[in-house]
Amino acid sequence: MISFELTKEQMLIQKTAKEFASGELKEIARDCDEHDEIPEKLLDKAWEMGLANAAVPEAYGGIGMQRSAVTSALICEELGYGCASLAAAIMAPSTFIQPLVDFGTEQQKKRYLPAYGQDKFVPAAAALHEPHFTFDVTDMHTTARQEGDAWVLNGAKRLVAFGQTARHFLVLAKCGGQAGLAHVGAFIVPRDATGLTVESVPEKTMGLKPVPKAKLSLANVVVPEADRLGEARGIDGRRLINTLRVANSALCVGLAKAVLDASVPYAKQRVAFGEPIAKRQAIAFKLSEMHSEIEAMRWLVWKAASQLDQDGDATRATTLAHHYASRNCVLIADNGIQIFGGHGYIRDLPLEMWMRNARTLTVLEGIVAA
Amino acid sequence: MVDFTFNAKEQEIIKEIRREGLVLRKYARYYDEHEEELPPDEFPEAKEFAHIDKMAADRGPDATGPTAFYMCMLMHRTWGDMMRMKVPVTALGNASVTAAGTDEQKQRWARTRLSMANTEPGCGSDSKAIETTAELDGDEWVLNGEKIFVTTGIRAEGSVVWATIDKSAGRGGIKAFVVMKGTPGFELVKKEKKMGIRSSDTAAFVLKNCRVPMENLLGMDPTVKKGGGGFKGLMKTFNLTRPGVAAMGIGNIMACQEFVAEEMAKEGVQVDYEVGQHRRTAVQQKMIELEAELEAATLCTLRAAWLADKGKPNNLEASVSKQKGGDISRRGAQLALEILGAMGSSQDYLVEKWFRDARITDIYEGTGEIQRLVIARELLNYTSRDLT
Repeated sequence: MISFELTKEQMLIQKTAKEFASGELKEIARDCDEHDEIPEKLLDKAWEMGLANAAVPEAYGGIGMQRSAVTSALICEELGYGCASLAAAIMAPSTFIQPLVDFGTEQQKKRYLPAYGQDKFVPAAAALHEPHFTFDVTDMHTTARQEGDAWVLNGAKRLVAFGQTARHFLVLAKCGGQAGLAHVGAFIVPRDATGLTVESVPEKTMGLKPVPKAKLSLANVVVPEADRLGEARGIDGRRLINTLRVANSALCVGLAKAVLDASVPYAKQRVAFGEPIAKRQAIAFKLSEMHSEIEAMRWLVWKAASQLDQDGDATRATTLAHHYASRNCVLIADNGIQIFGGHGYIRDLPLEMWMRNARTLTVLEGIVAA
Repeated sequence: MVDFTFNAKEQEIIKEIRREGLVLRKYARYYDEHEEELPPDEFPEAKEFAHIDKMAADRGPDATGPTAFYMCMLMHRTWGDMMRMKVPVTALGNASVTAAGTDEQKQRWARTRLSMANTEPGCGSDSKAIETTAELDGDEWVLNGEKIFVTTGIRAEGSVVWATIDKSAGRGGIKAFVVMKGTPGFELVKKEKKMGIRSSDTAAFVLKNCRVPMENLLGMDPTVKKGGGGFKGLMKTFNLTRPGVAAMGIGNIMACQEFVAEEMAKEGVQVDYEVGQHRRTAVQQKMIELEAELEAATLCTLRAAWLADKGKPNNLEASVSKQKGGDISRRGAQLALEILGAMGSSQDYLVEKWFRDARITDIYEGTGEIQRLVIARELLNYTSRDLT
């Protein structure tokens, strides 16, 4: 049945996330961007609300909310509307938690999840990106080689959120030398593992500046089979990557909506040649297109997310959503600057920050998980 | 719960529509090349197929809303061809009767195929600028003017002609009149020749002192309205049809996209949805773009229809769907030909015809520019006077 109807629970969560984003994120976004800092209080508050960690089952001290990629996408859109950087930081631990909930064995859940069910923010993240320009998630350079009942990891990871403070990393690697998402393995690596080096100097990026990002290198890091996510049955690499791509795309929707909602009142108030620029088709048509694209982006994200929830192979829907949302997010952020003219380029207003965030966000495979 | 799947019965219906569509494709080239001929009201193969509308009336539990499913059926029907296995009894003019007619009028013309004569040589989207006049003479209306681009104008038994009873009143003076074929002074000038959708007959008429009885005035109200009485009825007609037109354009591009995917696969080019863009060729990237754009337009159309099913206002969403439907009809068809290269334009295949057929989508039922105006006015809370 074709339906765009959210459940009552989803509407409530959406409303909560919206209020949190407008109340807590919008105002401090610029400050955080300028100083590359995120108040710990904010992360704790978001954590307490369960935005990133609601899926930790009650048995392990969590909220035990039913896993739903649609619900996560709603949260990501609302937070992304408030500030994509802060949203990425708040949601980053989901890239560790969601895969553990989805693919972890009972033993693994029991061992690792309780630490993430507490009410204080716990830094954690997946280590996915690598330091080469042709990075492709289906063919990573970081490898996992089986030796007896352990795995040996080698390679380098970049842009690992909260790398400086995380207790555990979920390192994604290519297993058995074969390309393709079916051969992606995920390994739980404690930060004190022998052979793992975390660079102390954080990695700096154009956008999503305040999210702390680290460079990791792995030299013959030995991971016992017990810490290979899913153990013998492994993980569904497609599903894992799809959850990242869908959540990233949902952030894009929120960011784009923020640009439009700032552009509409500005275009009505800014007068040029005797009337508001919104009365010129050149501007009005841009606003129309921004609106239509945001709608389309959102429905593409919902479709992919609902396929994830229905346990089907969401790869095609995810790729279409990711492609569409990424491209249009950047275009919309760019149009926002153009509507604001010089003011769009000045750091007093958020337009230039949104553009930088959009660009960084859309070149990442995933910094958040649905 | 958010859901984008169809239940078993619905999937069955879609399958049946597409089976029918494949038969229509066998005739598609013929009627494209013989524009002067009208395809039959019913093709001989019609009896080989289930009665789809009857099937659609009962779709079981967890069925998609009727408007949303209607849009989906339109997409798949047009995937086959613009032609229909059985031409429906009603046409666009009947939608005007539904929107603006009295109950008696609705009953009277329920099974009379009526085209809609709105566009004139000097006006299209700006329908308040129409110059065809209607003057009351005793208990008859006397119509004078020219009407062009009248869809189903040849096939229909009559036409809903939009005319002004008071030019100085602007929109408020615009009224609709049912004019039956054979009425003296209602003359067919020609059948238009078009780039595409050639199986759809398009007529030009002239009205020379054409007299129709009082009761042929839709709504039966001969007074001039402030704020555009009859005009609102006309606009309501378009409210009902924008997502539908989008759906037809989408169906066309669905056909293009599937043709591209199948033919390219035969020659070893397939899209790998897993890999990042570095691992795709430019052609594969275009194939992804085509699919994503198609999906975007489809979902926007379903969304507008879903709102209608929920009884919620959808003026904005109807325009979004039409805008996106218009965009994909142009861009999607262009992408398909870019991907296919020289053989794409060969008339050995239907894809070049779909390219020509699809191009109308961004023009009729309000151009893409008009849709953008409607959307912008809603966003900005502007009237049509604030933003033109």
